[in-house]
Amino acid sequence: MTLLRVRGLSAFYGDFQALFDVSLEVAEGRTVAVIGANGAGKSTCLRALVGALPVPAGAVELDGRPVGGRPAHALVDLGIVLVPEGRKIFPSLTVQENLLVGAYRGRPGPWTLERVHRLFPVLSERRDQPGTNLSGGEQQMLAIGRGLMANPRLLLVDEISLGLAPLVVRHLYEVLRAVNAEGVALLVVEQDVSQVLAVAERVYCFRKGVVALEGEPARLTRAEISAAYFGT
Amino acid sequence: MAWLDSVVQGVLLGGLYALFATGLSLTFGVMRLVNLAHGDFSILAAFLAVVVVQALGLNPLLALLAVAPLMAGIGYALQRLVLNRLLGRGILPAVLVTFGLSIVIQNGLLETFSADSRRLNPGGIETASLPLGGGLAVGTFPLLTFGVAVVLLVGLQLLIGRSSVGRAFRAASDDGATAALMGIDNGRLYALAMALSLAIVAVAGIFLGIRTTFTFASGPDRLLFAFEAVIIGGLGSLWGTLAGGVILGVAQTTGARLSPGWGVLAGHLVFLLVLLFRPAGLFARSRRVD
Repeated sequence: MTLLRVRGLSAFYGDFQALFDVSLEVAEGRTVAVIGANGAGKSTCLRALVGALPVPAGAVELDGRPVGGRPAHALVDLGIVLVPEGRKIFPSLTVQENLLVGAYRGRPGPWTLERVHRLFPVLSERRDQPGTNLSGGEQQMLAIGRGLMANPRLLLVDEISLGLAPLVVRHLYEVLRAVNAEGVALLVVEQDVSQVLAVAERVYCFRKGVVALEGEPARLTRAEISAAYFGT
Repeated sequence: MAWLDSVVQGVLLGGLYALFATGLSLTFGVMRLVNLAHGDFSILAAFLAVVVVQALGLNPLLALLAVAPLMAGIGYALQRLVLNRLLGRGILPAVLVTFGLSIVIQNGLLETFSADSRRLNPGGIETASLPLGGGLAVGTFPLLTFGVAVVLLVGLQLLIGRSSVGRAFRAASDDGATAALMGIDNGRLYALAMALSLAIVAVAGIFLGIRTTFTFASGPDRLLFAFEAVIIGGLGSLWGTLAGGVILGVAQTTGARLSPGWGVLAGHLVFLLVLLFRPAGLFARSRRVD
């Protein structure tokens, strides 16, 4: 069952075109990776999907219904939720309050504070501290937990490994795997290819705003991926 | 004793200034919007109270129950239809539009109510007083004003600190773009903040109208005092706003004690001193500069 279908998506920053005719699909409950070098259009694609960039309605479908161009809060209501690049923790809110902001729309579902705390015990231990007092890895956990509090059907995850130690990244990917096992579909954007290919069932490699390669990670060779990634 | 009396009067006057300042501080805090028509909205509320009092024969304090929701509605509509379009393009567009709005409100009031000065009469409470002993007495009405200010500030503090909407206010204040991504409808949230701001300034306007006479042109002075109270107290702190209002009030009443013409001047001087030595305000919660 296809959950998200992107067809012929182009996106612009003013006159500058950042995405050219991108098509991709995420099946219900699956994990899909979008890889690519800096500036390949990965984050632009996510921004278009969450309503932060103007896109035509038909370019994005959820359950076969056009949802492109809807405002961000309407997409959160439908279960499309972003864990933004750079974590974007609210500094004047406590850890707990950051999580609760995630639940602002009150979308029903299985994710509760208790459940997020079980997944990330540190968020329970430090609940009353300002969110930005946490370490980088913990802030990333908070950002993922905040996204889960919205009870997503599709969690869009933007560059969670950025600036984090390999051990922490490995843990975060274990958590993503656990989240996926609960039925949440994931669209994971990464520059760091090694971790994400291990969890993804399908991968799209972006280069210069187009999809340069797509397929199942297990069936792609390193040479194919690196050719698509670097354009050599 | 006369000096102590001045200080007590100043503290109570500070409650009124805090009422003026709170809404201003709220809209700036949540959406970085400087509402130059804030004072004029308080005077608009006072005139609306005049209409309600004349039409229904109500006590002005009861008229508040009609005027405050009405002002909240005006604030909500104004934000949704006009001011939301100006956000995200720097501070200037909103400053220009609210400046224009200030002129429109003043002239609208002049056309409708003439240039005569008005006063709201709550039937005796404005002249009643409570003896404190030792020759000191406080006016019942200033005491009521101060009490209402404290109750409103406590209520607002609870709303901002404990409720879901309050968390959304703070999240949007930190980072509006990310707040929107988390599902907060900023357009609606900002409209709620403006509604709250104008409801509070309606209370201030009506208390002002009971305390003293007002005309269509009384708004800008109120705006100035509100700004001074916010800046003395420090942005981002409601208790700072109350303290700022109290400091301004005490400066004005003790200044007036020195010489009748010096009241407002003394307030401005204290404001300038704070701006000079503690530009972030005396009780700023954070020193974050955007």
